[in-house]
Amino acid sequence: MALLEVRDLTVVFERKGTKPFTAVDHVSFDVEPGQTVGLVGESGCGKSVTSLAIMGLLPARGARVTGSVLFEGVDLLTLPDKQFRDRRGRDLAMVFQDPLSSLNPVIPIGIQVTEVLERHRDMPRKKAMVEAAGLLDKVGIPDPTRRLSEYPHQLSGGMRQRALIAIALACRPRLLIADEPTTALDVTIQAQILALLKELVHDMGTALVMITHDLGVVAGLCDEVNVLYGGRVVEKAERHELFAAPRHPYTHGLLASIPRLDAPRGEKLNPIRGSVSDNIPWTEGCAFAPRCPNKLDVCVRVTPEQEDIGGGRLLRCHNPVKPPVVEEVSV
Amino acid sequence: MTSLLDRKKKRVDDLAESAGTSLAADAFRRMARNPVAVTGAVIVLAFVLLSIFAPWLAPKDPFLRYPELLENLRADSIPGPQPGFLLGSDEFGRDFFSRLLVASQQSLVVGVVATLFGGAIGMLIGGLAGALGGWVDTLLMRLTDILLSVPSLLLAISIAALASRGSQTTVIIAVAVVSVPIFARLLRGSMLAQRHSDHVLAATALGVKRRTIVFRHMLPNSLGPVIVQATLTLATSIIEAASLSFLGLGDPDPNRAEWGLMLSKSQSYIDVKFELALYPALAIIVVALGFTLLGESLREALDPKNRR
Repeated sequence: MALLEVRDLTVVFERKGTKPFTAVDHVSFDVEPGQTVGLVGESGCGKSVTSLAIMGLLPARGARVTGSVLFEGVDLLTLPDKQFRDRRGRDLAMVFQDPLSSLNPVIPIGIQVTEVLERHRDMPRKKAMVEAAGLLDKVGIPDPTRRLSEYPHQLSGGMRQRALIAIALACRPRLLIADEPTTALDVTIQAQILALLKELVHDMGTALVMITHDLGVVAGLCDEVNVLYGGRVVEKAERHELFAAPRHPYTHGLLASIPRLDAPRGEKLNPIRGSVSDNIPWTEGCAFAPRCPNKLDVCVRVTPEQEDIGGGRLLRCHNPVKPPVVEEVSV
Repeated sequence: MTSLLDRKKKRVDDLAESAGTSLAADAFRRMARNPVAVTGAVIVLAFVLLSIFAPWLAPKDPFLRYPELLENLRADSIPGPQPGFLLGSDEFGRDFFSRLLVASQQSLVVGVVATLFGGAIGMLIGGLAGALGGWVDTLLMRLTDILLSVPSLLLAISIAALASRGSQTTVIIAVAVVSVPIFARLLRGSMLAQRHSDHVLAATALGVKRRTIVFRHMLPNSLGPVIVQATLTLATSIIEAASLSFLGLGDPDPNRAEWGLMLSKSQSYIDVKFELALYPALAIIVVALGFTLLGESLREALDPKNRR
């Protein structure tokens, strides 16, 4: 049994007077214990909403969540609020995008680390402080005892994110969801944080759901990748296969758009044309069709279904990119 | 002799000492550098000290009518400054300076007590509304809206007029009630903003209990504007209390020394001795200004945007 089984997860935002908006549309994926799964896509494709839905953090009013999220066989979506609260932070935890605003500015770091230990492991404050210093040390924060008495604004961006990771991993959760954990950081710090995450989840055997728009992050970290577009999974593959032979034109476009150091001088960047606002609704065809270089007539009439194309790969496309991808020989 | 290494060690230790600076400590340091804040603080401090020690500082008994002054008291002339009587006589032959000094006590008491009560009740209402939301929020906020819709002085007058005989207590109640809706709205607003902040979401994602989230994560982050408002409310409370006395809604006892009452009585003598109106008015203005300067600079100092 998988640790996390997400089945047909659908999130619809409803507001009186406006058309309901489907942010996440029948998304399904599994996470095995200790596995790292990536959710990749551009802004507005439903990555963050998926993670908030799994954690049960979407507002009760306005967001309708359907489908099922089985965590160790228990459906989190129907779990009573109180029981869910007991699990959050202990069994599954989350690291957010902006490390500064995710920390409480008026209380010292130490209290924020010990808070979760006191809550889930019933540790007295003093013992928790010792443990907290150990945690900060483990995520590579120098002089942890002193840092415990400092406030978030006194830490650097990278250090704040380390502290947040320490808080999230304090109770050794079996699942960690990281929502763009490196986006707000400098590139050099990004690499450090990713290496740290990789090491920690490996040591603790924690499964990781990595939410990112950065394919570089995926390449270095994820075992399996789900590419989201317009709220649906358009392609799912094992990491190496995805990079070697992307089948969906969107994935292919994403990979082709990465600037390469070994490209000939004077070569132009290779963006995907258009933006998310060009999408057509999935009910009327393929949402990506208006931006797709492989578009056929059928794409704007018939909704593509998700197909198993072998080797554990799933694809949702009428006219996929041919398998033996010729690696930019010409152009 | 201290070696270079020792000195370096010392410097590291000093750094460690100063490690945790809270928002409050940070704000205090910034205010100490701001001349506006210092001016306000000096005025407020002087006012507080003067009113506390007024009975000992007053050169004469503020309630006695002195024969030296009564001697020269006529309907068309009130004695001016003379030895022993710094500002001369008031309209009844009492020492004007001592009365002015002692009157500061009334203002301080009204201001502080009314602000404490109004602030406490307002924060209770606003805190409940912000923490619970839903119908509790709607109900409480509509009630405060009703209070807010009446102009503050009119509301204070109406409440003070309900009592059959004006007293210090009715003035305090009236002034306190007026400040309730402001505190309620303010705290509720900043609690709501906190509810949707990332760190509250992060705390929720850690399974932190709702009570802990409210008291540790939402409330402390919402208090900044309330503290600022409390300082500013001290100023308006003092002015409102004086206004009520001026309009005859306070304690009518003629022995009482109170700036609003003194101002009110001085009207009949404004062409005889102008100072009788000038000094109480100046006192009210300066004190209110002091609290306002302090409040405004506190607002600036607590603004995280100014934080470095």
